Amino acid sequence: MKVLVPVKRVIDSNVKARVKADQTGVDLANVKMSMNPFDEIAVEEAVRMKEGKEHHAAGTADEIVVVSIGVTQAQETIRTALAMGADRGLLIQSDTDLEPLAVAKLLKAVVDEEKPDLVLLGKQSIDGDNNAVGQMLAALLDWPQATFAGKIVIEGGKATVTREVDGGLQTVSAALPAVVSVDLRLNTPRYASLPNIMKAKKKEIAVKAVADYGVDTAPRLKVLKVAEPPKRSAGVKVADAAELVSKLKSAGVL
Amino acid sequence: MAVLVIADHDGKAVRDTTHKTVTAALAISGDVDVLVLGQGAQGVADAAARITGVRKVLLAESAGLGKMLAEAVEATVLPLAAGYDAVLTPANTDGKNFAPRIAAKLDTAPISDIVEVVSADTFVRPIYAGNALETVQSSDAKKVITVRPTAFAAAADGGSAKVETVTGADASKTTFVSEEMVKSDRPELGAARIVVSGGRALGSAEEFHAVMDPLADKLGAAVGASRAAVDAGYAPNDYQVGQTGKVVAPALYLAIGISGAIQHLAGMKDSKVIAAINKDPDAPIFQIADYGLVQDYKVAVPELMKALG
Repeated sequence: MKVLVPVKRVIDSNVKARVKADQTGVDLANVKMSMNPFDEIAVEEAVRMKEGKEHHAAGTADEIVVVSIGVTQAQETIRTALAMGADRGLLIQSDTDLEPLAVAKLLKAVVDEEKPDLVLLGKQSIDGDNNAVGQMLAALLDWPQATFAGKIVIEGGKATVTREVDGGLQTVSAALPAVVSVDLRLNTPRYASLPNIMKAKKKEIAVKAVADYGVDTAPRLKVLKVAEPPKRSAGVKVADAAELVSKLKSAGVL
Repeated sequence: MAVLVIADHDGKAVRDTTHKTVTAALAISGDVDVLVLGQGAQGVADAAARITGVRKVLLAESAGLGKMLAEAVEATVLPLAAGYDAVLTPANTDGKNFAPRIAAKLDTAPISDIVEVVSADTFVRPIYAGNALETVQSSDAKKVITVRPTAFAAAADGGSAKVETVTGADASKTTFVSEEMVKSDRPELGAARIVVSGGRALGSAEEFHAVMDPLADKLGAAVGASRAAVDAGYAPNDYQVGQTGKVVAPALYLAIGISGAIQHLAGMKDSKVIAAINKDPDAPIFQIADYGLVQDYKVAVPELMKALG
């Protein structure tokens, strides 16, 4: 089975995003960037499928292709995935931030070329927080989708996915090829070892331009303003539980 | 212009989140219809018809819709979408699952998790884990929007719209296998008036439940948890409050042994009153808490139980 894993280069999850003074966006100058944490989980799962780790049969995946759409430096993100165990990479260069619809259209074009059996990706990126690309890609391909995966079993031409939903877990079975978006509890991604980081330097990363794919990536949304959320200030400290209860009672919430 | 709201329900009744989404829809247009998807959901449709401001209710049923499979929802909604300028649904796990799928089929950019309707084409939504609020204007003729329910007041009941049946499609490539829903007599996390939430300080799953469950029961509260507590396996994922978990805005949010990581604060900072118990006086949670008690939860919670009587 061939697995395609789209990954995004985003602000590191331990860095607090700061809004630019002119309210045009978030300041990313000199900010540490990393692979989107949810995408890292997707890469890890694909590699486990290849290694036959956990419940995956050996050779569940035989090739893992990583694709990123973004600036030149997104090659580092792809390189990280290659060091984790992916086989080769593709960067579609774009200096502008594309909307999920445009990303889904580009990924559809990549799927048409690469013909994977499974697209495995993070449920959302921690910058735009849209939670949309996987679902949109599945729609454009007319493939089934299984979002927010907490467990994935590949067997008999199907992906049986346990989804993290409100109120508990839902298990669905999707005929392959399918798009599966992953949630936090699916796995804990590995740190790439030094030998694997060295090996990854020799793996191939193809570089293409958005224009090579001939799809409409024009923005549909105009960002009018990016503002800081209203600040909440610290209140008072209480001495003990009894005082806490009396304060909460006088605030009318108990 | 008309707006279609896809209802959120539990199979028997419409959830409050539907009422809140109707409020958002009414800020876009006066012509708001509600679509109830499910199986055996006539009662839900009747309840939706009582929401004030609703023009009519459409009911579509199939096995796949009973489980809200995205492919079934897409195939049901697409033929209806022609009659509407916007489709809105709560930003819960169902809405997040099917809304972008519908948007892609309509060649429209979905607008996720809005917290404010500025005008019929302009909306505010949180990005970067709630560290920034983005105002976006859509140029699409048809809009697909998910609504963060805690950001809107619930539309009242008191209407009497008529209910029409429409064709419910099914999914062909996806099948429902099973579900495992957490059974609880406590209120739902997203809708509770009081939320008590536990963090990594609780140290184990046994301790988490031994401390949080009696406290929740005494207060009639829902139980939440920080991502750290969930990652450590102390609490089920479903309990997770934060940008990647649930976003809550109860009247009282009581945080026990939660330090207050950025991503957790993003999920609860709109609560009316925040109270925090933590033995670390420098815990970030105290920077946003209305009432802070610097004490080990092992001392504070038993005293709290006593003080509550």
